[in-house]
Amino acid sequence: MTAVTEVSAPPAIRELSRRHRLRIAELLPWLIAVACFFVFPDYLALGTQILISTLFALSLDLILGYGGVVTLGQAAFFGVGAYTAGILAVHGWTEPLTGLVAAGLVAAVLGMVTGVILLRTEGLTLLMLTLVVAAMIAEGANKAGAWTGGADGLQGITISPILGLFRFDLFRRTSYVYALVVLFLAWIAVRAIVHSPFGRSLTGIRENVTRMHAIGSPVLGRLVTAYAIAGALSGVAGALLAQTEQFVSLEVLSFGRSGTVVIMLILGGAGRLYGAFVGVPLYMLAQDQLAEQFPIYWSSGIGFLLIAVALGARGGVLDLWDGAVKRLRRR
Amino acid sequence: MSEAALETRGLCKSFGALSVASEIDFRLEAGARHALIGPNGAGKTTFVNLVTGALRPSRGRVLLGGEDVTSLSQARRVKRGLARTFQINALFRGLSVLENVALAIGERRGVAGQLFRPAGRRSGVVEEAYAALERLGIADEASRLVRELPYGRQRLVEIAVALGLEPTVLLLDEPAAGVPGTESGIIVETIESLPKEIAVLIIEHDMDLVFRIAKRITVLVQGSVLVDGTPEEIAADPRVREVYLGEHAVP
Repeated sequence: MTAVTEVSAPPAIRELSRRHRLRIAELLPWLIAVACFFVFPDYLALGTQILISTLFALSLDLILGYGGVVTLGQAAFFGVGAYTAGILAVHGWTEPLTGLVAAGLVAAVLGMVTGVILLRTEGLTLLMLTLVVAAMIAEGANKAGAWTGGADGLQGITISPILGLFRFDLFRRTSYVYALVVLFLAWIAVRAIVHSPFGRSLTGIRENVTRMHAIGSPVLGRLVTAYAIAGALSGVAGALLAQTEQFVSLEVLSFGRSGTVVIMLILGGAGRLYGAFVGVPLYMLAQDQLAEQFPIYWSSGIGFLLIAVALGARGGVLDLWDGAVKRLRRR
Repeated sequence: MSEAALETRGLCKSFGALSVASEIDFRLEAGARHALIGPNGAGKTTFVNLVTGALRPSRGRVLLGGEDVTSLSQARRVKRGLARTFQINALFRGLSVLENVALAIGERRGVAGQLFRPAGRRSGVVEEAYAALERLGIADEASRLVRELPYGRQRLVEIAVALGLEPTVLLLDEPAAGVPGTESGIIVETIESLPKEIAVLIIEHDMDLVFRIAKRITVLVQGSVLVDGTPEEIAADPRVREVYLGEHAVP
C-alpha cells in the first residue's frame, strides 16, 4: 500500500508524507559532539554545559518555536528540575537516572498546573505571567532555605555512578557522555513530536489560532500538553546540571537564564528543531572566548552579536544559511 | 416542521450599553441556500461569531440540528457539523495549501492529537486533502505556501478547509470579499457546486452573488432582523430598499 502511494502519488502528497524522514545533515550535530569528546578533552566541562543548555533550548523550541507561546519564564522548569534532583541527592537518593525522571515529572506537573491558567491568555499578558510564575518560584526557593540552601546554594550533593558503572570524574568525561546521551534521547522524542499530527497542530496554533478554533481543535488542551512536555525536558536539563555540577544555586531560576535561553534559540533559529543546536554552541563559545579576551567588556561583544542578528538575520543563523543555499542553487 | 439545520432563538449580545444583536430569531433549513445581508455595522459578523461560539451571547440560544449548543465551545460545535470561512482570510499562511486542508481533516477524524507518529504517515488524511483540492480545481497549488497564492485562490483554500470538516452547516462570511472581478466567477461556481445536503449561509455585500445563489434572504439592520423572505420579496420590500438596497441596483 505504502509503495503504491509513493510511486504514483502527486508530488505534493509525497512531499508531506516524507517530511519526517531522517536526512543525513540531521546527524551532523551528533558527529560533531562525539568528535569534540576526543578532540577537546580539556574542554569537556564547557562542552557539558553547552549540551545541557542545548537540551534546555530544545525544550523551549517546542513551546516557543512550534507552539508560538512566547515565554520569559522557562527557567522555572529548569530550576525546579535542578532542585528536585539536587534535593533528592542530598537526602540520600543518589541514583542519577531516577533523579532525572523525578525532576522531569515534577516539572511536567508544574507545567500542567500553571499552563491550564496561563495559556488562556496570550501576547503580552502571557509573557508577563510566565515571568511572574518564574519570579515567584525563585523567591520561594530563596525563602525555603532549609530545603534549597537559599542564597548559599544547595551543597552536599553526591551522585552515584551511572548504572552503577560510570563514576563522575574530574575531567568531566562521564558528565559529557551522560549529557550527550540524554540530549540525544530528548532529540529523538522532540523530533517525533514535531513531525506528529500533534506537532503539526502546534504549528497550526502558532500560525493562526483563530483558524485552529474554527477547525474544531482543542487549542488549550494541546498547548497545555506541549507546555508540560517542554517543562519536563527543561526540568531534565536542570537536573543534569545539578547532577554534573553537584551544586545548585538560585541562578537556575533566574530571569537571566530564562532570557538567555530565548536569545540562544532565536540566534540559531526558532521553530526548526535545530536552532538550539546552532544557537547555544555559538552563544556559549562566543561568550567563553570573549570572556577570555576581554574579561571586563565581554558582554558588550555579545550585545553586538545580538544587534547584528536582530538587524540582519531575524530568522536566526539557520535562516541565513537557507538563504545562502537558495542563492547558490539559483546560479 | 422538521428540525432546522441551524436555529437561533432570541439571540442577544451587548457590549455594555451597545447592543450588537437583539432578539435574533433565525432558521437555516437543511440543505438551504440562505443569504444574510445588511448595511455595514448591522452585526452580521457578530451573528456568525455568536453562532460559531467565538462570542458568548448575552441571552438566547443557538441550536444545531435541534440540539442546544449554546454552552458548547467552538471546537465542540465544529464536531457537530458547523464550519465557517472568514471575511478576511484566516489560514496557516506559512504552511502549504495541502497541509492547511490536512490539518482540518486530521481534526475531524480525531487523529490530530497523536503524539509519536509521523503526520505524513496518517492513513488517508493527506490523500483526502488532496482529493478535496482536486474537486475545487486547486490541486496544482497543493505544495505552494498559502501566502504565495493570489488572494482569490486563498479564498478557495478557505472553502476547502471548511469543507474538510464535512459540515452540515457552512457559514461563508463574505466569500468574495477582496477578490478581483475576474476571479470572483470561480468563487460563485464553487459555491454553486457545493453538495446539496450542506446548509449554506452566505454573508455577503455583493448583491449579484446573493441573488444568484440564495433561495432565501434575511436582512439584518442594527443587530435585529428587519425582514426575512424569498429574493423576490426582499427585492420588492420598500423597507429594505430604504435601509440598504437604495445604493445598489436590484436585479
